[in-house]
Amino acid sequence: MGTKRHFRVWRGDSAGGDIEDFDVEVNEGEVVLDIIHRLQATQTPDLACRWNCKAGKCGSCSMEINGKPRLGCMTRMSTFEEDETVTITPLRTFPVIRDLVTDVSFNYDKARETPAFAPPPGVAPGDYRMQQVDVERSQEFRKCIECFLCQNTCHVVRDHEENKAAFSGPRYFIRAAELDMHPLDDRTDRKEYAQSHQGMGLCNITKCCTEVCPEHIKITDNAIIPMKERVVDRRYDPLVWLGRKIFRRDQLDGDGENMAPSSSVGVTDVAKGAPFTTNRGPEGPEVREDGRMDVTEVTLPTQGGPSPFGDQQFPLPSGRVAYQPPAPQYGVHDDGQDGDHGTDGHHQGH
Amino acid sequence: MTTTATKPGVGPSGPHNPRAAITAKTLRTDRWWLAPLITFVGLGAWVTYATVRVFMHDYYFVEAYHYLTPFYSPCLTDRCVEGSALFGTPLPSWWILPEAAFTLPFLLLFRLTCYYYRKAYYRAFWLSPPACAVPDGHAKYTGETRFPLIFQNAHRYAFYAAMVISLINTYDAIIAFRSGDSFGFGLGNIILVGNVVMLWLYTLSCHSCRHIAGGRLKHFSKHPVRYRIWTFVSKLNVRHMQLAWITLGTLALTDFYIMALELGWFSDLRFVG
Repeated sequence: MGTKRHFRVWRGDSAGGDIEDFDVEVNEGEVVLDIIHRLQATQTPDLACRWNCKAGKCGSCSMEINGKPRLGCMTRMSTFEEDETVTITPLRTFPVIRDLVTDVSFNYDKARETPAFAPPPGVAPGDYRMQQVDVERSQEFRKCIECFLCQNTCHVVRDHEENKAAFSGPRYFIRAAELDMHPLDDRTDRKEYAQSHQGMGLCNITKCCTEVCPEHIKITDNAIIPMKERVVDRRYDPLVWLGRKIFRRDQLDGDGENMAPSSSVGVTDVAKGAPFTTNRGPEGPEVREDGRMDVTEVTLPTQGGPSPFGDQQFPLPSGRVAYQPPAPQYGVHDDGQDGDHGTDGHHQGH
Repeated sequence: MTTTATKPGVGPSGPHNPRAAITAKTLRTDRWWLAPLITFVGLGAWVTYATVRVFMHDYYFVEAYHYLTPFYSPCLTDRCVEGSALFGTPLPSWWILPEAAFTLPFLLLFRLTCYYYRKAYYRAFWLSPPACAVPDGHAKYTGETRFPLIFQNAHRYAFYAAMVISLINTYDAIIAFRSGDSFGFGLGNIILVGNVVMLWLYTLSCHSCRHIAGGRLKHFSKHPVRYRIWTFVSKLNVRHMQLAWITLGTLALTDFYIMALELGWFSDLRFVG
């Protein structure tokens, strides 16, 4: 038998809302997400909340608990005092859909804009060979569960909505760093990309992304600062610039002119003239005359209930994908002394 | 009812769906203001002390034991007392000119552009943001994309300068073991050496140093020695914040100890000589 504790939960949608008060039973060993579930089961059956694994690995139940961006499933009730009021609100940085559910498509737009892994030409999947010591740094960033708590807490977009077009956010800085440090990634223009199109210069390294990361990725120290230093190599360091001129490295790799532009310049819909928006267009399934959707599977093409955002049919019809992947730019890396990929392995695979 | 929720539509405010309407600026209930407040007070007090000391133009050298405070090293103006000026006195004694006029600006730049101090003063002094999930104190924000903050990118040059200055400080600490013509050793030597060791650890733990040592490489396996150095610097780098504060402490302590000796508030505890 648990105790009754006081909770305040934000309820509402894009039209407005407010924080409502609840008294809910709390048992030993429970987490905040359990309380949300108890609320749904006992008092507010229509309280909206995203969740999946309850183990801190799916990144779904991101919310703000007592003002701090946290995962609901990883915040133990034992960390609060018995008489403490717990306030639960949706992520502030993203448009709210309903209650604790926000539209995080900003992040998916930014993900689509980030150029994908580009192995050297002629090396087929299956022939990738690399040494552990070379790929170790990139592996830290693969722990990311995409909960978007870092994106949410970053004041660059949290407090300044107008920066959303120009700023990709910490989650995509670690993606840029992961690929730039990857031993088999052959693109040489990721540093320029991080600066010009991801808006790395907007980051003022106040480290909130690192503070909130539930996977404890050292986002600032291991990704953003190393990437900033790599950008300095290319853009701000006259000595490195002189060295590149003298050893003529600058003729081997370009300055990123044929690099993928971002939404601010236009790879996604923005390229086609649409203004930048985090709002989704109407793409929902058929609705009945009363504006509501059927829940029955019989009339639907897929199993389960329809997604409120519409169900995607695969393969996507051609012309539907707004994103045009840029052609990778290959070349020699500015690797201190030499630039080929020879000795560490992937040629052995042939 | 056999219906699900209504479809989310376009928000009332046009192309942007509005964020959740939460009136409170922050809902944090912990003492989030404590860390920036400590930083504000700590850095403010240190800068005040250092400024006063630098423009005091006195009590910086204990001739008997050859102790020179790091705030006046290397001593370069005509005001420098005999024995303290190791590199001559090319500068005039003008009150606005610190004795270490060639080094202090670079040390200031090194700490101003340091990736840790940037976090500290952006939070504590500029309130951008004061703490995580607490609103920015400013309506507009351009980060480090334009003048003057774009010069934060010059941190590595300040690091090169700080390496040279650390060498000078090391030399100061070594020659302080000579009191008169013979070997001497006192509490002041321990303080001077401790300060220099901490200064080296702080300088070497710098993020730019980590990048130069090996962070810029793509293939560690091709550069095993630089990888070893990078690993060492990375271990130090984790402690960069602690070292930043420790060195502020040791610098102030060293300077205060030497000033107190000169003023005769107490005498040096001598072990040898």
